[in-house]
Amino acid sequence: MAKTSVSSPKNVERAEYFAPGHRACQGCAEVLAVRLVLKALGKDTIVAMATGCMEIISSPLPLTSWRIPWIHNAFENPAAVISGCEAGMKAMMRKGKMPAKKINFVGMGGDGATADIGFGSLSGALERGHDMIYVCYDNEAYMNTGIQRSSSTPYGASTTTSPAGKKSIGQRTQKKNMVEIAVAHGIPYVATACPSFPFDLLDKIKKASETPGPAYVHILSVCPTGWRIQPSDAIRYGRLAVNSCSFPLYEVVNGKYRVTYKPSDKKLIPVSEYLSGQGRFRHLTDKDIEQIQAATTRQYERLLKLSEEE
Amino acid sequence: MGKVRKGVEVSIAIADAVAQADVDVIAAYPITPQTHIVEHLSEIVADGELDAEYVPVDSEHSAMSVCCGSAAVGARTFTSTSSQGLALMSEIFFIAAAMRLPMVMALANRSLSSPLSIWNDHSDVMMVRDAGWICIFVENGQETYDNIFCAFRMSEDPEVMLPVAVNLDGFILTHMIEPVEYEDDDLIRRYLPEFKMKNALHPDHPVSMGCFGMPEIYTEAQMNREMGVRNSYPHIVKAWEEWGRLTGRHYRPVETYRTDDAEYCIVTMGSYGETAMEVVDALRAEGEKVGVVKIRLWRPFPLDEFRAAVLGKKHLIVVDRAITFGGQGGPVATELRSALYKRDGAPTIVNYVAGLAGRDVSRKDFRSIITEGRKKAEAGDTEGFTLYGLRG
Ligand SMILES: Cc1ncc(C[n+]2csc(CCOP(=O)(O)OP(=O)(O)O)c2C)c(N)n1
Ligand code: SF4
Ligand SMILES: [Mg+2]
Repeated sequence: MAKTSVSSPKNVERAEYFAPGHRACQGCAEVLAVRLVLKALGKDTIVAMATGCMEIISSPLPLTSWRIPWIHNAFENPAAVISGCEAGMKAMMRKGKMPAKKINFVGMGGDGATADIGFGSLSGALERGHDMIYVCYDNEAYMNTGIQRSSSTPYGASTTTSPAGKKSIGQRTQKKNMVEIAVAHGIPYVATACPSFPFDLLDKIKKASETPGPAYVHILSVCPTGWRIQPSDAIRYGRLAVNSCSFPLYEVVNGKYRVTYKPSDKKLIPVSEYLSGQGRFRHLTDKDIEQIQAATTRQYERLLKLSEEE
Repeated sequence: MGKVRKGVEVSIAIADAVAQADVDVIAAYPITPQTHIVEHLSEIVADGELDAEYVPVDSEHSAMSVCCGSAAVGARTFTSTSSQGLALMSEIFFIAAAMRLPMVMALANRSLSSPLSIWNDHSDVMMVRDAGWICIFVENGQETYDNIFCAFRMSEDPEVMLPVAVNLDGFILTHMIEPVEYEDDDLIRRYLPEFKMKNALHPDHPVSMGCFGMPEIYTEAQMNREMGVRNSYPHIVKAWEEWGRLTGRHYRPVETYRTDDAEYCIVTMGSYGETAMEVVDALRAEGEKVGVVKIRLWRPFPLDEFRAAVLGKKHLIVVDRAITFGGQGGPVATELRSALYKRDGAPTIVNYVAGLAGRDVSRKDFRSIITEGRKKAEAGDTEGFTLYGLRG
């Protein structure tokens, strides 16, 4: 694999493939992630996107924010649609109906599109081995329809369909581990990323693009509206998520784990620092947070062990 | 392949036609009675007889989604399904038409669950009647083979750009071995040149497809869609005429048999047309002035041709293959009644629903539908529908 490291702002692609003037909320880190992903991919890219916030804020007829070819079809099928684009172009190029060219085929969906309603169709596309990248923008709920829970909503978060109440902590289930599920498909490249760590994100998307076959990149995308934080705090919360090990940054290349960013002792923080300022976790007790801390530590240690084993 | 006449299972003839059409992408999920079509196609691809991507998807929902992606990049795209498969993909079936994505589907018509049944009727296609696909019905192996090419030609016509479903009765047609005349590859290439889609997804000319519509634009988008389907009509006719010129086999949106001096007619859609013609021949020999009207093009509905075929007749006996529960009759009869409402010389309509889930409708049954139907018409008993052969 070629070395692709983008370690300085000077190396970042200047061209913008996602136009300004979109309708995302102030401080939306999901749309920032989209913008960065497109910078890493460059112009020879086709995107198929699920219904959700990013589709709605970018494509009100007759306007579009997309400067690369883009298709939205439905909520649950971006992986299948992009696999169809890939199959179609592959056949036409092979048959000489179209000049050969390296194109990034990229499916994109929110956590709902990915972990819930489009789960089967994503699994099918990964398993079939298309030369494609799937990017999940995980803001940990169905934001487009008003902050309903998804299977990717973390334990204890209050959403409009998992409200905290006298008899409920909010979300009662553990966050579905989509990254491990992607790894279990035996695909050559899987990674996590967060736009609060832009160079790491750009690197991983480039690697995904250079990897033949399917790649899966799971991006934690802070949503100030749904998480009930200040728009100006979105980037900071992405850092808190990573530095508290709630959302570790790592990649799995051909089954080999590597943590790409380990918070130094100075940076490492308890999960309480990440959770406490967010409206969605406001109701949690110290005991609840202790429990979440224990689970987080356990999972992070497991990950470190996996990456050391290599 | 050269021009040749062979005895072949109709499903195999479809797969062979798809190969001759030089399709680029096939995405399908197995379901009886469509399976032989996709099995044979995957064989053809595996043997290198067709250079295409066969995408073995995880569901029909994904099949239609893959087809949308592949059509959006301008690849020639084919799929096939039945019944529950169509129901599962129905969300994307509508979107394919709305996004004006050309593709062809062989729809092996089968009843909808429940009770679960693998046998033939038209309840599956009627569920998506209003999706905006061009819907053709065929009666025999030759018509099926021919209409695969015609369907691609219609679908990819720059003035049309709509998906096309070729409806054929499951088992009754899919699993029959029939004589089919194959055309040679040269003729097919002349009739169906390489597909060059305008505005396909490609990095050299970025476009956005599938944007969302606010109320101030949704209505106009729907009208645009309606015009698209309606305006496809002359191009559909042209595609059939051109095929007729090349092969001598002619197709029309509405086809008639012995109707010139007929006082009343039986109306069918799909493979029942052949049985109806045989029974009409027998009745004619007995002096009955009866004919057959066959609806080949279901969408866009051939209003003018249909009216021209039946105005002035006394009665129509319409045989439907599906029920519109709680409605006013079978879907075909309901449509025809509305086409004739308050027209001068409009025949009265008597409606039978018959052959649900493959229950056999023999020549004898057709004869009683026609004679009984005529009596009903003469007695003015024309409301609703009769479920033919219902056991007490
Ligand atoms: C079949 C179907 N079911 C439900 C919806 C309604 N819907 C649209 S977007 C959405 C949630 C999107 O959530 P997610 O994928 O997490 O994306 P986000 O908006 O959070 O970025 C829902 C429930 C739909 N469009 N289609
Ligand atoms: S609701 Fe959240 S994800 Fe959606 S646009 Fe607003 S900030 Fe972004
Ligand atoms: Mg979400």
